[in-house]
Amino acid sequence: MTAAPLADFLEASVRNATPLLLAALGETVVERSGVINVGLEGAIISGCLAGLVGAAAFGPEGGLLAAGLAGIAIATIFAIVAVWLTADQIITGTAITMLGLGLTGTLYRVIYGDAGAALSEATLSPLAIPGLAAIPVIGYALFRQPLPSYLAAALVPAIWWWMYRTRSGLSLRATGENPSAALASGVAPRQVQTLAVLFGGLCGGLAGGTLVLAQVGTFAENMSAGRGFVAIAIVALGRWNPIGVAMAALLFGMASALQFFFQALSLDIPYQIFLALPYILTLLALALSSGRASAPAALGLRQRTDS
Amino acid sequence: MKRRVTRLIAEPVLAGVMAVGMLTVLLAVSGYPVGESLTALWRGAFGSWSVLASGTLVRATPLLFAGLAVSVAFRAGILNIGAEGQLLMGATAATAVAVLLPSSMGFAGVLLALMAGVLAGGAWASVAGVLRQRFGVLEVISTIMLNVVALHITGMLVRGPLQEPTGTFPQSAMVEQALRLPRLVAGTRFHAGVALAVLSALGLAWFLRATAPGFRLRMTGANPRAAASAGGIDVARVSLLAFITSGALAGLGGAVEVTGVTFALYENLSPGYGYTAIAVALLARLNPVSAIGSAIVFGALEAGASAMQRDAQVPAGMVGVVEAGVILVLVASEWIGERVGRGGLLNRGGTPRQKDRTDAITPIPVARP
Repeated sequence: MTAAPLADFLEASVRNATPLLLAALGETVVERSGVINVGLEGAIISGCLAGLVGAAAFGPEGGLLAAGLAGIAIATIFAIVAVWLTADQIITGTAITMLGLGLTGTLYRVIYGDAGAALSEATLSPLAIPGLAAIPVIGYALFRQPLPSYLAAALVPAIWWWMYRTRSGLSLRATGENPSAALASGVAPRQVQTLAVLFGGLCGGLAGGTLVLAQVGTFAENMSAGRGFVAIAIVALGRWNPIGVAMAALLFGMASALQFFFQALSLDIPYQIFLALPYILTLLALALSSGRASAPAALGLRQRTDS
Repeated sequence: MKRRVTRLIAEPVLAGVMAVGMLTVLLAVSGYPVGESLTALWRGAFGSWSVLASGTLVRATPLLFAGLAVSVAFRAGILNIGAEGQLLMGATAATAVAVLLPSSMGFAGVLLALMAGVLAGGAWASVAGVLRQRFGVLEVISTIMLNVVALHITGMLVRGPLQEPTGTFPQSAMVEQALRLPRLVAGTRFHAGVALAVLSALGLAWFLRATAPGFRLRMTGANPRAAASAGGIDVARVSLLAFITSGALAGLGGAVEVTGVTFALYENLSPGYGYTAIAVALLARLNPVSAIGSAIVFGALEAGASAMQRDAQVPAGMVGVVEAGVILVLVASEWIGERVGRGGLLNRGGTPRQKDRTDAITPIPVARP
């Protein structure tokens, strides 16, 4: 393998991994608070449409901001129903996904009509970091990415440090392990979970914005294509730890980059194998590590109405 | 008895009214002609006997199968959100059998194809069941992954071993006429699978209500610890069997869809039946007989949505918004019902109250090293 295809492969891996990593980092924080938000897909697709609309009005950076806000908006509904009204998280999350997919499909047609949006809005162009971008192979792959990739990379150590080295990070983890005990020690589980869910929505929205503004350049119905579920898989594979999550996201990014790589080489291997492989790996990893041992103990449990 | 019958009919009707109410608001807000759109919806769903039979009821059938799958799992305290994948695997297996069998097999061949769907759906669910039982992997996470894997397997097969003979389109060969489910009403798409779905609902209701295994399943769901200690129930075994039964029902739904409606396997065979099924099951308060009504409500919405898109250019996605709205109102009403002390829409009779349901959702204790 010569250097150029390798650099292309790495660059594509990082590019594919970015929205997954953003969404998965948010979901990591959500799940660490004991909540599983299956509605992440809804936040991502909302971010996609808001990113397009925002970019048309305020430019690509404004689009990214709008995407984050849209993610927060849809996560607010989840927080109200699942955290405050203590409804079942899985059912609520499923409804939020349906809501996001349906609402964006409808709004897109209402806003842009049957013809659809312009093929491509102004997108976030790659920012080369002076010096580093000149390194052979990895410089091209790692330091010539659009803004969201750097943002995602910076979030990894930031969230790790916050989660394991600060008092509020400890409150988050305590809430996820045992909300009642957290309550007894003066932490308000509902507030922690609400903030976590909103942060998860922000990250999911940014992931959707990244998809539109840094990759595809336009909106299509259902364009999130299950990335919310991929992100949930990544969180599990990364064992609910931001650093593990980053590595898992890169693995998923590589798997989808390999798909195009093998198609380009026209090898006779069904590309779906590469798409399905990371999920199978995740299941194996969960099984081998006796799954629940590392998941937050209160994950997905309904909150008591009186807490 | 009479009151129960009223309730079985009243709640789906209430949900239907609620859905139409939400739809009206959405239509008005987004500037579509409300009257014209709703007329199109009605015509597409209930406009004539043939529309009802070919559209609504045929559309309701996979929703009913998958809704029953969700109901039986939730009743046993298992959060199976993998009905989508189990349905797809059922459809895939049924297609493989129906395409391979000679058409001289006739009705026996249809039965074999359906059987293959049942087995494949059950087998696919058993993967998540074993992962949960043996390794403590949360079924919520594993079934989501298995849904995606199932989708990719289907995609691979319709471009590989199961692709139609010319090798042009990503779909399987057509199922021979003799190996299709018979039409019950000539000139419509009303096939025998619709009746099979209703029979499955009645059978499941009888099983849960009147048999010992059904009782053990409900007890396991209501309170696994009490079921194990006071009831002497082998909770692990009952849960696994419930999981497999759930998958088998969804798989049968997939097999019926292939042999009764599409006659071929496509990657996008299911427009999310397995997810809408959660709404179907919830609206029915996990009661199999009520699920017939709620499947018809959602089937009518989806059939009507196609007509609305065709005749009034209303995006079909709007119905997804309405379905989500119905689910959110239902789960929120549970809380409101509890506050006023009467139980919400989901809680009157039937399912256990919320405090017990917390237990129901707690995975059964898994031996930790």
